[in-house]
Amino acid sequence: MEIKSVKYRIGKNYGFKALVIIFAFACVVPLLFILSYILEQGITKINWRFLVNVPRPVGETGGGIVNALMGTILIIICASLIAIPIGILAGIYLSENKKSRLAYWSRLCVDILQGVPSIVIGIVAYFWLVKPFGFSAISGSVALAIMMLPIIVRATEETLKLLPASLKEAAFALGMPFHRVIFKVIVPVGISGILSGVMLSIARITGETAPLLFTAFGNPYLNFKIWKPMESLPHVIFTYATSPYDEWKDLAWGASLILLVWVLLLNIFTKLITRKWKVQL
Amino acid sequence: MIIGLLMIVLVLGILLTLVVKSLPSIQALGLKYLWGKTWDPVQDIYGAAPFLLGTLISSFLALIISVPFSLAVAIFLGEYYPNGWLPDFLKNAVELIAAVPSVIYGFWALAVLVPIVRTFETNIGVAPLGQGIFASSLILAVMIIPYAASLGRSMIQLVPSQLKEAAYGLGATRWEVIRSVILPYTKSGLFAGVLLSLGRALGETMAVTMVIGNTSLMPHSIFGYGNTMASVIANEFTEADKPVYVSALIELGLVLFLVTVVINLIGKKIIDRFTND
Repeated sequence: MEIKSVKYRIGKNYGFKALVIIFAFACVVPLLFILSYILEQGITKINWRFLVNVPRPVGETGGGIVNALMGTILIIICASLIAIPIGILAGIYLSENKKSRLAYWSRLCVDILQGVPSIVIGIVAYFWLVKPFGFSAISGSVALAIMMLPIIVRATEETLKLLPASLKEAAFALGMPFHRVIFKVIVPVGISGILSGVMLSIARITGETAPLLFTAFGNPYLNFKIWKPMESLPHVIFTYATSPYDEWKDLAWGASLILLVWVLLLNIFTKLITRKWKVQL
Repeated sequence: MIIGLLMIVLVLGILLTLVVKSLPSIQALGLKYLWGKTWDPVQDIYGAAPFLLGTLISSFLALIISVPFSLAVAIFLGEYYPNGWLPDFLKNAVELIAAVPSVIYGFWALAVLVPIVRTFETNIGVAPLGQGIFASSLILAVMIIPYAASLGRSMIQLVPSQLKEAAYGLGATRWEVIRSVILPYTKSGLFAGVLLSLGRALGETMAVTMVIGNTSLMPHSIFGYGNTMASVIANEFTEADKPVYVSALIELGLVLFLVTVVINLIGKKIIDRFTND
């Protein structure tokens, strides 16, 4: 290595530091732009009628997105009902059986599931549920539940792994059967980590559009039947954002703001939980 | 036990469904499918090359744009300033980037980014389309920053302090420590982070669909219209009327699934090896 003057090296050192700082904070700029733009566009579109009306045909004012709002809530509730029990049980299984071969493959599959593109899950849900039963909200829920699973499983497994073994041994020493140890000791102690995993997974799927394109499909009317097509916030944004009509674009901006606020609140709430209970995720 | 099996069954079920449903097109088209340059459902010609190429170009372009930024975030948070309110702010902001739904990125890109790209294209003298591969790469680049950044940060924090201190003891400046100790030590970990970002970029659907322009022709420049595997599925799946057409689309999904699975598994393996050492 050739010898360079100390001044040159110090200069290079500071130059690089400045470069790192500039590049690092440049990442925040697009985020701020997006958040402020959505806020600016969306805030003027939201009013009472926007929240309680269904969309009107082009040319009429006063349309709303209540169908999408209710649809998203219902689809997410159904997805959670499917994914949470399975996810938590799988997480418990994986943390209880660290070494077995089945657990190894199972863990691998959870990893794979985490990386599967959402559109592929949409296709699969289409063949499992839409082909036999027609477009329905429940098929969208199943697709979203598949996406929630890996996050819940991981969070549960990581949390339970960190619990001291003495806790479980104490319970066994008192003569408790296995299932009672799990549900009365292990799960209550690890509930904070599990809960934040669940919240995180809900935040992650709330904005998912691709799996809903072929499953819940969309519906311009208010609908509470889970066996019928249902509208959802991300889907309404997608269809109206790519439409040429200004009234529909306005609806999409309002819906974007609501979706964004919802997702950000969920994320902040998860953050607070993890900070309060000092969970590592 | 049963639950453990369920995970395996689920993944195998996904794979099996994709394979079975794409059999008609595999049988009808064979390997020609992968490098056929024409995609014309009306005449029953299905070549996936335009979409494979479109996916590769847009993802790698996004990766090239985003890597300097995510690396900077990783170095900033991992080495220069691990604690304090400003780094905390940066860390949370970068995590928020991952939290924003992709359809919102797409909408924003359509309303704000596309006109900017159009002006830029006018200035450099190419057809000012606005939409196209370049615009979608830009928005993808923003979306994938957090994945490489957060992994890179934890990898950089794993560098043993003795190594760094030894280098400082020899009179190295901070930049020299970063370049000749931290970066070589974390090389494989950083690579894994980039791989995971790539996996995200390949499968990203909504934002790309909204700004890429959606054409079935071979992409001829990064400023032209294009289409990716995911976006073509999103656009045409519900409209596909012929069995071969549907199954050709599913075969795209199968390819996408296999590619992302391989990328993610390699990434996970590298991370596991790195953290166990």
